[in-house]
Amino acid sequence: MRVVRRLNTLRRDWLSWIPTVWLGVFFLIPFLVVLKISLSEATIAMPPYLPIFEWIEGSLLEIRLDFGNYLFLIDDPLYGAAYVESVRIALTATIITLLIGYPMAYVIATAREPRRTLLLLLVILPFWTSFLLRVYAWIAILKTNGLLNGLLMSLGVISEPLVILQTDVAVYIGIAYTYLPFMVLPLYASLSKLDRTLLEAAEDLGATPWISFLTVTLPLTLPGVVAGSLLVFVPAIGEFVIPALLGGNDTLMIGKVLWNEFFANRDWPIASAVAIMMLFVIVGPLMWLNRMNAQHEEANS
Amino acid sequence: MSSNPSMVKKWLDPEAKPFLEFRGVTKSFDGIPAVRDVNLAIYQNELFCLLGGSGSGKTTLLRILAGFESPTEGSVWIDGVDITNVPAYERPVNMMFQSYALFPHMSVFDNVAYGLKRDGLPKSEIAVRVSELLELIRLSAFANRKPDQLSGGQRQRVALARALAKRPKVLLLDEPLGALDKNLREDTQLELIKIQESLGMTFIVVTHDQEEAMTLATRIGVMDEGYLVQTDEPHTIYEYPNSAYVADFIGDINLFECVVTDNEAGELSLYASQLDTAIELDGPVTGAVNQTLWYAVRPEKMRLTRDPSDAVNALKGVVHEIAYLGDFSVYWVDLDCGPRVRVSRPNISRLDDFAEAWGEEVWITWDGSAGVVLSQ
Repeated sequence: MRVVRRLNTLRRDWLSWIPTVWLGVFFLIPFLVVLKISLSEATIAMPPYLPIFEWIEGSLLEIRLDFGNYLFLIDDPLYGAAYVESVRIALTATIITLLIGYPMAYVIATAREPRRTLLLLLVILPFWTSFLLRVYAWIAILKTNGLLNGLLMSLGVISEPLVILQTDVAVYIGIAYTYLPFMVLPLYASLSKLDRTLLEAAEDLGATPWISFLTVTLPLTLPGVVAGSLLVFVPAIGEFVIPALLGGNDTLMIGKVLWNEFFANRDWPIASAVAIMMLFVIVGPLMWLNRMNAQHEEANS
Repeated sequence: MSSNPSMVKKWLDPEAKPFLEFRGVTKSFDGIPAVRDVNLAIYQNELFCLLGGSGSGKTTLLRILAGFESPTEGSVWIDGVDITNVPAYERPVNMMFQSYALFPHMSVFDNVAYGLKRDGLPKSEIAVRVSELLELIRLSAFANRKPDQLSGGQRQRVALARALAKRPKVLLLDEPLGALDKNLREDTQLELIKIQESLGMTFIVVTHDQEEAMTLATRIGVMDEGYLVQTDEPHTIYEYPNSAYVADFIGDINLFECVVTDNEAGELSLYASQLDTAIELDGPVTGAVNQTLWYAVRPEKMRLTRDPSDAVNALKGVVHEIAYLGDFSVYWVDLDCGPRVRVSRPNISRLDDFAEAWGEEVWITWDGSAGVVLSQ
């Protein structure tokens, strides 16, 4: 008996090790590599940075940490502006995605089978096409003589074509479009868990549909709102493809800055420092929101 | 029960105005009728029970009244106003849900205050009314708890308080005591009656438990397959059921098929073919000669005896099984003429004469007034 139990705990331990190992190999080690590069000095060589550890005469270990990269990020207003812009754009796009995603999730969660499955499938369907291709398609839609302007002008809604492509608006549209499923799915999960009789109880006690939404549905689906928003907001901050393809030259996002440092300037240490800083810009709010969410869950259980 | 002396039996008064009315209400879901042509008048201060098995349409009828379902046909009236098309949030009725449906993210206080807040009452008045209600349900100390920190019985009381908070004209209760254990249920039944009488509200209770309906109700409406089959006082429903279904659903009954052999000046003679005997009847029963009827006798109105000499109706049989239930015992007796009947016998003395009568030959007797004749 005891042996069996020991084996079982061992197996359980193994299972709990899998995510740890996964995170170690695919997150921690790359993180440490990037951290190392961010603390080294740039040079024109292959690779384009100096090592931080060096054996001097085989017996003395010299560690040279260059914090200059970080100081440079603080000194040059470009990077600070890029972080703020990234957060602003990501936040705006997240709110837009939430405003579109919530009603969608609501409709799906209240739909009857088999319509519900069909609608869910439609939400996930775009994943089957290349992301890059879909963002390119938006260029064709949004450009000055594109589909959207053509449609609006032929309907007589506007007389001059709208300039959407290469503006922040195009980036919002791109992010909202691309990340919509990540918003809809967690919202759908918490909306379909919602007990419908609670809404009837609210209605019975005199709440109009809108009031019962605000006082019952929304608070009870808040975990879904937080989860969905994080799933959109976090990757949107570091987004590169969408601002590069749909945004203008003046759309300043940290992903674009990073790409420029890395590939155009070949300054790996600065690029790495940008990446490490970005991690903190993201990890900060993420941990805060997570804690809020956990407290909320705890209060509810 | 329901011994309120101030409760006049308004349903007996043809002049009385009903407080609440279903007029020809039919409700179908995807073409399948759940409620069929229900006409029902309920009077002020009544504690009316809708009784029926699952799928009988009783809950649907209640939901139509609450405004969660709209009838396919017919109309619903409260206090002389047609409310058929009034949305649920504007109806003067409140409901206590079977699952209680307490808001899990709100405290007991906020749950009870929810309806009052919707009415836009000032905060101070809400606080007073909620604390009064919490006093009533003896949960004042739990005002800040969340529903999942309460026991089943406490949750049930919070649900009741929340439904009472707006002082509705009509309170709807959907299986209010279903989830409680037996002792708690009996206490709560009496408490419900007390609350109903002291607040002077009209209660409509949906239940599948006939004992509960008998305990609570001023009147019972029995539903079957969407039809309201009988509406009467508990006593009447039990003693004078209008159909074999009602007789069988409320309590136990022995049913015998019989034929009218003679109809002399309104006095019927019945012949029970199954029993191969003529039935002696007291009281008026209508029926044409040769009509097939059901003769029904409740188990507690039949007696076991070894000497049938002075009985009006008597049949011989053999005791097949005895179920000892404490306060009384049920005997299944195989009659010599075929059918098996149920006879219940109160355990008046500790060692009953028939306590070990398995396989014994016994006589079953009953009075002429014990049975009812049912046409369907």
